[in-house]
Amino acid sequence: MNTADPSASKIAAASAQVPDPQGRFGDFGGRFVPETLTNALDQLAEQYDLAKRDPEFQRELSGLLKTFVGRPSPLYHARRLSENVGGAQIWLKREDLNHTGAHKINNTIGQALLTLRMGKKRVIAETGAGQHGVATATACAHFGLPCTVYMGSEDIRRQKPNVFSMQLLGAKVSPVESGSKTLRDAVNEAMRDWMSSVEDTHYIIGSVIGPHPFPMMVRDFQAIIGRETREQCRDTFERLPDCLVACVGGGSNAAGMFFPFVEDESVRMVGVEAGGRSESAGDHASPLSYGNPGVLHGSYSYVMQDEDGQTCDVHSMSAGLDYPGVGPEHSYWKDSQRAEYVGCRDDQAMKAFEQLARTEGILCALETAHAVAKAIEIAAEMSPKEHLVVCLSGRGDKDAMEIARLRGEEW
Amino acid sequence: MSELKRLFASLAQKNRKALMPFVTAGDPNIASTAAVIRAAHQAGADLCEVGVPYSDPIADGPVIQASYQRALEAGFRLQGVFDLGRDLSADAAMMPRVTMVSYSIIYRMGMAKYVERAKQAGYCGAIVPDLLVEEAAPLSQVCRDAEFDLIQLITPTTTRDRQRRIADLTTGFLYYVSVTGITGERTVLPTNLVDNVSWLREQTDLPVCIGFGISGPETAAQLAPVADGLIVGSAIVRRIADATRSAQQAGQDPTPAAAKIVGEFCRELRQAIDEATVHAAT
Repeated sequence: MNTADPSASKIAAASAQVPDPQGRFGDFGGRFVPETLTNALDQLAEQYDLAKRDPEFQRELSGLLKTFVGRPSPLYHARRLSENVGGAQIWLKREDLNHTGAHKINNTIGQALLTLRMGKKRVIAETGAGQHGVATATACAHFGLPCTVYMGSEDIRRQKPNVFSMQLLGAKVSPVESGSKTLRDAVNEAMRDWMSSVEDTHYIIGSVIGPHPFPMMVRDFQAIIGRETREQCRDTFERLPDCLVACVGGGSNAAGMFFPFVEDESVRMVGVEAGGRSESAGDHASPLSYGNPGVLHGSYSYVMQDEDGQTCDVHSMSAGLDYPGVGPEHSYWKDSQRAEYVGCRDDQAMKAFEQLARTEGILCALETAHAVAKAIEIAAEMSPKEHLVVCLSGRGDKDAMEIARLRGEEW
Repeated sequence: MSELKRLFASLAQKNRKALMPFVTAGDPNIASTAAVIRAAHQAGADLCEVGVPYSDPIADGPVIQASYQRALEAGFRLQGVFDLGRDLSADAAMMPRVTMVSYSIIYRMGMAKYVERAKQAGYCGAIVPDLLVEEAAPLSQVCRDAEFDLIQLITPTTTRDRQRRIADLTTGFLYYVSVTGITGERTVLPTNLVDNVSWLREQTDLPVCIGFGISGPETAAQLAPVADGLIVGSAIVRRIADATRSAQQAGQDPTPAAAKIVGEFCRELRQAIDEATVHAAT
C-alpha cells in the first residue's frame, strides 16, 4: 500500500465534500453538453437538492427501497470461498438479491420519484447489460410513466433475456445501430432523444457518469450500499472492513459502496475494470488504467481516446463494463490515491464466476465476476483475521445464454 | 479587425444576409470536401462551417452523425481539417472558414495548440457545440489572445440572463439554434423563433445567425429577414451523401457530382434569401 504519502491522505480527508457547485470532483466532472440541456440540468440539480432535504421525499424513497426493492440487502459471509482462498474473510454485499437482480434499482427508484416531482411525463434511459434498462422499466411501470430504453444492437444480442423483461414491463427498447453498437452509443442516442424532448422528459442515466448533477446524484442514490455495509460490518464483526472491492464500468456500484467509507483511511478500496482479452488498445475497457483525462458524455474524466480525441472502441465480454469512459469521482479517487484501480481479464472473471457458483451456490453477473476474481486474489494475501467486502452487484441469470455461447455450448 | 467582423460589416452595407453552408470534413474524402466548399463559394455562400468528425456527437441528428461516422471509417484524421484549410487558403478570395468542433477534440490536442494550428490553416474561428459558458473561460481567453473567434450557441431553452452572458463571451457572431433538439431538417420552425431572435439582436452588437432545422429555400426565406446569416447543415450533408452514393454505385468519382449538387442548392438558397431580404426591406 502506498498511502504513506501525506499529501494523498490530505486529499482523501476532504474528498467526501465533493463535488463543488459546478459539479467538479477536484479537476474532474463538470458539464460539457450542448446549451439546449443546460436548463434541464439546472432544474434537475435544484430539484434534487430540494428533494434531498425533504423528509417526505426521503420517507417515500426509503419506504419503496424497503418494501418494493427488498432492502436492506444482506451482508453474507462466504465461508466456503474464504476457506478455499485461505486468506481474509470474504463477505458479499448481496445487491443481486434486490428486486430486478442488481444495484441499479436503487438509482432508478430515486430518479423516477424525482421525475414525478419535476412534473415530467416521460422517461428515457440507456442500458448496456440491460440491468439498468430493466430497473428503469420497473420503476416506470411502478409509477405509470412511459419509458424508452436505448440499447446497442450488439448488447441486445448478448443480453436477450433483459430485452424481453423490459418489453414485458411495458418499456420500448430502441436498438442503436451506430458506432460500436454498445453502451457508449446507447448513451449518445439517449442524449440525442433528450435534446429534443427535454421539456417533458427526464433522462434516467444509469451510472455515475454524464454532466453534473448526474454523477453526484447517482452516487448518492447508490450510497445506500456502503451505508448499509458499514452498519452490517459493525453488527457482525464489530469494526470497519479492511478492504472493499467492486467492479467499475461507469462505476455506480463501486461509487455507492466506496463513498460512505471515503474518510475512513483504514479502509482500502479497490475498483476492478474490465481487462478484456489483453492489455493492448481495443482489447479491454480500462480507462483508469490505460486512458487519459478527456471529455466524454458530458463530463471530464479518464477516457479511452486516440490522439485526435476520438473515443476508442473497447472490449469486455460483459456488456455492463464495455464502456470507454468512467465516472469523474473515480478519476478523482484515482488521482488522489484514495482508491486503487486494477484490471481483470475476461478469462479470470469467468473462472471466478465458476468458483463462486461451485463454492457458494451463487451465480453472479459477469460484471460482478470481475470484482470476485480480484477479491479472491487480494484476500489470498490477507490474514484470516481481516475482512474483505465484495459488492456483489448483480445476479447472473441474464448471462447464462452468453456464457453458453462463449463456451461454445448449445443453449 | 477580425475576418468575421469585416465579413459581417461588408454584408450589412450591402443589406445581404450571410449564407453559411456546413460541410463535414472528409466525407467522402478531403479533396471532395474542398471541391464542395469551392462550389458553394462560387454559388454565393459567404462563410463556411467545416464540421470536424467526432465519434460521439450528441448534438447532431442522424444525417450529420452518419457523415461523421463515414468520414471516420474512411480514415479521417484531424490533420485532414488542417490540410483542407491550407488547400482552401490558396484561393485568395475564398470565403472565411470556421470549424465546428467538439470540445473533446480541442481538449485532447490542447487549446492553444488547436487554435494555433487552425489559425495557421486559415480558419478564423471555432464553434464548439458542447462547451457551455460556465466552462468556456479558458478557451475564450486562448482565442482572444490569438485573435481567433469563439462562436457560442444560444437555444430556445436559454434564459434571457444567460443569453446576455453568452453574448459577452462570444466573438464573431452568435449562433442561434432555432429548435429544441438536434441538427436536422425541419418543415415547421417554432412560432416564437422570430420574436426570440429579434429580442436577442437588440441585446448585442454581434451578428446573430440562425441554424438547425433549415431544410431549403422556403425555411431560409422565412428566416432571412430576421437574422444576419443562415446556417444550412444537414440539408447539404444529405445531398453530398446521396450524390456520393449514386456516383460510387455507378463507379464514378463522387467529387464532381457532390460539388455540382451543392452548388445548385446554394444558388437556390442564395436567391431565396436575397429575395426575402429585399422584400422585407421594401
